[in-house]
Amino acid sequence: MKCKLILFITGRSLASQHAVTNLYRLCEGDLSGVCEYEVIDILENPEIAEREKILATPTLVKMSPGPVRKIIGDLSQRGKVLFGLGLDITTLGRSDRASLETGNSEDGIL
Amino acid sequence: MTTTLGGRDTVRKMPVGIAGFDQIADGGIPKGRTALLAGTAGSGKTIFALQFLVNGLNLFNENGVIVTFEEAPADLIRNVESLGWDISRYLAEGRVAMVDASPEPGETVCEAGSYDLSALLARIEHAVRKVGASRVILDSVGAIFPQFSDSNLVRRELHRVVSGMRHLGVTSLITIERVHEYGEIARFGVEEFVADNVIILRNPLEQEKRRRTIEILKFRGTTHQKGEYPFTIDPTSGVTIIPLSAIELKQKSSNIRISSGNAEFDKMCAGGVFRDSIILVSGATGTGKTLMVTHFMKAGIETGNRVILFAFEENREQLVRNATSWGVDFERSEQQGLLKIICRYPETMGLEDHLIQIQREIDQFKPMAIAIDSLSALERVSTIKSFREFVIALTSFIKHREIAGMFTNTTTMLMGGESITETHISTITDSIVLLRYVELQGNMHRAITLLKMRGSSHDKQIREYRVTDRGMEIGGTFHGVGGILTGSITYTLGEEREYLQKMFSGGK
Repeated sequence: MKCKLILFITGRSLASQHAVTNLYRLCEGDLSGVCEYEVIDILENPEIAEREKILATPTLVKMSPGPVRKIIGDLSQRGKVLFGLGLDITTLGRSDRASLETGNSEDGIL
Repeated sequence: MTTTLGGRDTVRKMPVGIAGFDQIADGGIPKGRTALLAGTAGSGKTIFALQFLVNGLNLFNENGVIVTFEEAPADLIRNVESLGWDISRYLAEGRVAMVDASPEPGETVCEAGSYDLSALLARIEHAVRKVGASRVILDSVGAIFPQFSDSNLVRRELHRVVSGMRHLGVTSLITIERVHEYGEIARFGVEEFVADNVIILRNPLEQEKRRRTIEILKFRGTTHQKGEYPFTIDPTSGVTIIPLSAIELKQKSSNIRISSGNAEFDKMCAGGVFRDSIILVSGATGTGKTLMVTHFMKAGIETGNRVILFAFEENREQLVRNATSWGVDFERSEQQGLLKIICRYPETMGLEDHLIQIQREIDQFKPMAIAIDSLSALERVSTIKSFREFVIALTSFIKHREIAGMFTNTTTMLMGGESITETHISTITDSIVLLRYVELQGNMHRAITLLKMRGSSHDKQIREYRVTDRGMEIGGTFHGVGGILTGSITYTLGEEREYLQKMFSGGK
């Protein structure tokens, strides 16, 4: 079963644009074939934000499978993103594991 | 944000519609601005804010938006149902929109990189546009801080929300907890971003009693009344503020006199008491205060007017029975709709609530006269300060409506003496009647005197009276005795000699 993600952004703000780029790279890279995602601009669809109770942007929401998880921020801290999504880290590459173990949050834009 | 200098950008007010508040706020809260409503837990912030919103809908036809940070919308709606506020109906009618920013229980949120709270502002803007809101409440913003790791960021973003709302032209109330009743304005330094208008609700414990007060700390660029004002939250009208110092002494003074119910006493007052005056009857237990009240009520009823008796010491049955023994039929008068007897234990509620209840009864029944038996029973359940405020607010209220009032006061000492009630309210009442026990040669006598009567000449003598089955019978003056009011009786020598002579001659 594929992991379903929604990224909520607000317009063309810097953090939002970074998040879009970071998510694209993540899904095309490590999570290629594992995830499908959708980007929703809250300024255009505020009622969806209301329904999903989004306060901060950017917010990445894992809709399925399992419990709903939210990751806020521009997704620049890749280790935290993967941890937050609750994905199995053994399937990931060495660099990811290192950053998870050290809790290194300075991955920057991928 | 731009500020127009030169007085063009004058601050207008938006009425809140809460009884007493618009009076102390000189018309309402600044229109188009954000006001901070700070208070400790349980001080009534949410109720106040919701009342601002609901009044907008009911009284001014203005729609509103509720942004809830703490309670889930369903809980919030349910909690105020008892106040008769049907938020769900307004939601269905599209007159209220809700922005749910409450934390989702059990939801895991992690932070990975920089973010802002633009989504919150976007949702508020959307809600405001959807219902065309003029009033927005944010309750309570303190709850958003623990949801994010960086409280500086939250503060900055809330500031953005406040400016955003200003651009929308809505008037908003933001509630925030405080830790102490007196001290820093709010938690999380929230006052830094809405420092223009601050209202503080307090609920301190004074002598085992909670005493709610409201203070407008500041309204930038506009006026308001200063200091703390007592208020109460009651199930039918919500927040009601007692605007003490805002009460104006502008009531008319009437020259029309009404009977006190006792012909002899009327003579002592040079023709009866004034129609809009307050009479304080003070005396020890058993001196006949309730009797005077019964006479007073009867006098009103006999002239075909409505009267209310508020009893805080005796129950209905006792009052009716005693009145019957003095030849007054309370039950019949009640059936005729001329009399209403309201008995309450003073302890059942705070003085502010008693005041609201009394005002409500008066406005419903529209009496010509009221009696309170006794005021000292109410004093027992309050602090001196709130008691004084109660009496001032009540007297001002009934004077405005040109209602005569008779209040009784029980003194603690049997002979002479004065009570706290007397010293605290004697300047507020128009007339003071003292009832005293006098011990003379081994017998108890009773004395009545009219200590003061505003705007009229009156009998200054100390008269003897007896309580018979016809009620109070006022007799002659005491001769040859002094010190009745202080309780230490002294006899004039001549009288004493005469008396002794009589005694030793075997009473012949």
